[in-house]
Amino acid sequence: MDLSCTDEEEEFRARLREWLTAALPGLPPRPDPMDWPARRAYDCGWQRRLHDAGYADVHWDASPTQRLIFLEETELAGAPYVGANFVGLLHAGPTIAAEGTAEQRARWLPPVLRGDDVWCQGFSEPGAGSDLASLRTRAVRDGDAYVVTGQKIWTSHAEVADWCELLVRTDPEAPSRHRGITWLAMPMDAPGITVRPLRTLAGSTEFAEVFLDEVRVPVENRVGEENDGWRVTMVTLSFERGTAFVGEVVACRRLLGELARAARKNGTWDDAVLRRRLGRLSAEFQALWRIVQANVSEAQATGGVPGAGGSVFKLHYSHARQELYEAAAAVLGPDSLDLGRDWTLDRLSSLSYTIAAGTSQIQRNIVAERILGLPKGR
Amino acid sequence: MDFRLTEDQRALRGGVRDLLEGRFGREALRAAVDSGGALDRDLWRELGAAGFFALRLPEEEGGVGLGLPEAVLVFEEAGRVLLPGPLVATHMAAGSVPGAAEGAVVVTAVDEGLVPWLEQADVVLGDTTGAVPMRSVDPLTPLHRVPVPVSVPAPGEGEARLQAALLTAAEQVGSAGRTTETAVSYAREREQFGQVIGGFQAVKHLCAGMLVRTELARAAVRAASLTVDPVEIAGAKLLADEAATANARDCLQVHGGMGFTWEADVHLHLKRAWVRAGLRLPAARAEEAVAAGL
Ligand SMILES: Cc1cc2nc3c(=O)[nH]c(=O)nc-3n(C[C@H](O)[C@H](O)[C@H](O)COP(=O)(O)OP(=O)(O)OC[C@H]3O[C@@H](n4cnc5c(N)ncnc54)[C@H](O)[C@@H]3O)c2cc1C
Repeated sequence: MDLSCTDEEEEFRARLREWLTAALPGLPPRPDPMDWPARRAYDCGWQRRLHDAGYADVHWDASPTQRLIFLEETELAGAPYVGANFVGLLHAGPTIAAEGTAEQRARWLPPVLRGDDVWCQGFSEPGAGSDLASLRTRAVRDGDAYVVTGQKIWTSHAEVADWCELLVRTDPEAPSRHRGITWLAMPMDAPGITVRPLRTLAGSTEFAEVFLDEVRVPVENRVGEENDGWRVTMVTLSFERGTAFVGEVVACRRLLGELARAARKNGTWDDAVLRRRLGRLSAEFQALWRIVQANVSEAQATGGVPGAGGSVFKLHYSHARQELYEAAAAVLGPDSLDLGRDWTLDRLSSLSYTIAAGTSQIQRNIVAERILGLPKGR
Repeated sequence: MDFRLTEDQRALRGGVRDLLEGRFGREALRAAVDSGGALDRDLWRELGAAGFFALRLPEEEGGVGLGLPEAVLVFEEAGRVLLPGPLVATHMAAGSVPGAAEGAVVVTAVDEGLVPWLEQADVVLGDTTGAVPMRSVDPLTPLHRVPVPVSVPAPGEGEARLQAALLTAAEQVGSAGRTTETAVSYAREREQFGQVIGGFQAVKHLCAGMLVRTELARAAVRAASLTVDPVEIAGAKLLADEAATANARDCLQVHGGMGFTWEADVHLHLKRAWVRAGLRLPAARAEEAVAAGL
């Protein structure tokens, strides 16, 4: 057991810190959270800077420890988060890197790294959420293209995306539902696509419904074999449940510090119950950070993608983060009802953490079945 | 950075597990319960000979020369099998009380208004004036109560006290891991409604929650053994207490009526977990300590 970094890693950290100190003051002001085109421009501009400084592919090519350091330092410095580039950098990109052909990698990866192309994830459907394998969006082969018809939902960033990693059913007759699914890269400007934004409970339009009416997607846009898309997808999902939330743990520890300062200022710190509640939360976030380090150590040693250990992390993290905002509401009192406070909007956003990227119930199923070996159920 | 156990650490853990399972398996545990809380001096000397108490003394002084991270692994194993006795106090006294390192002398300490194993110990650290015996909730931890004047402020957490708290936390983690395993194996065997109960999601999710608590506490305890940071140690004790007590309760629930019996071991884990939670930096002070670090 060793939590210290090698000289090389410390050097990486020092160089990154130096670069961040120089780069951050030059950033444009943060865009209005409701203005998606502005958010896209901001997020892509940041990715472009990272690219030019040589940090673009840190999510893929760097060692897991370097990646951890990168996420830790950028968050500590208050740098922008991946934002609209989440799917490109953390879902579709890694999938293409792992499963795509040389031409596909050359075609799609550099624009993601440069911050030119934004991707979205078209997996969920009205009838296929937790039970993703029941998806029904149909793709029929017609010459050198698939003709796709169906509906996707909860597609984050669909409004501003250039590409969509799309799961479609190519063989409805397959003996198992998991066979018969194919992974396609769909250009979002193809004819037949209608995007209808959905308003979240926070009032913003984070995600959308995507209607597909005979959209032609070239066969060369298929990653992996026809009907093998489920396996291809699982590569992506394990990325999603692995180290994707590292920066957010660092953010939570910072937020908790801010909350303690606010509590000392407004006198709620004198309430022992509340103070102790913040203490417990702090211990939890500290331990979550250690779990991240354990997962990263495992990934670094085995070279594999983070597996079920990510579910252990996500289960507690999403719960603790929601609890952080509940505690914040107790500190803020009446101000917690003011949408003009960041805390209030963040409290609302945090309600999605136990749903998106696999609900807590599904995560518990995964932990029980894959780690503890309890019987599989529906 | 590599937070995984090293080869040597895995070997150490395996060795201790073998030793304890051989020397203090289920039968020995139940025999100890039936004996009404006598301390097994032969076992104590064997632990001493195996280096349990001298683990962190330098080799020149006849110790094993290992550190807090290794001690934490060893105490996790002790917690797994519910090894009885003032293990932490004797381990902590190994450098200062003659005979403690070898397991020839049993050392206990006054802590949080309690003295475990007072009558069985050879050396008691702390003021036992006014000590009265209690009917201890844990059949394997005899307790005395000592008056704590309300006006005296809580003791500061010096380094030794913090280390003792961390080792206690490690025992809690071991217990939490064990009750998770016990619950899971029962859930895979017991059948109701024509299927094993581990196929019911309500049961599965209890078990998943147990694993999450254990892993969180384990990561916290192991990290604290490396950083020896007072705030991190307090947090680790807090989460380990939570893991051990809540897991024992969930384990009891998974066992149904069987869980409520004297015969099942679940209650032994729960009762010991309560005792450990009450000793060595209990929740209220641990939470305050972590909060003060914010
Ligand atoms: C903010 C946000 C962003 C998202 N972004 C995207 C995106 O970009 N692309 C995309 O494809 N999807 C996205 N999603 C969709 C997300 O993956 C799904 O919402 C999620 O998988 C749950 O599916 P569902 O909403 O259909 O709920 P359901 O699956 O209908 O679940 C409803 C309830 O039933 C429970 N439940 C379901 N099955 C089981 C079971 N087997 N055992 C126990 N309980 C069960 C669930 O836990 C939940 O409580 C996003 C969701 C959110 C909230």
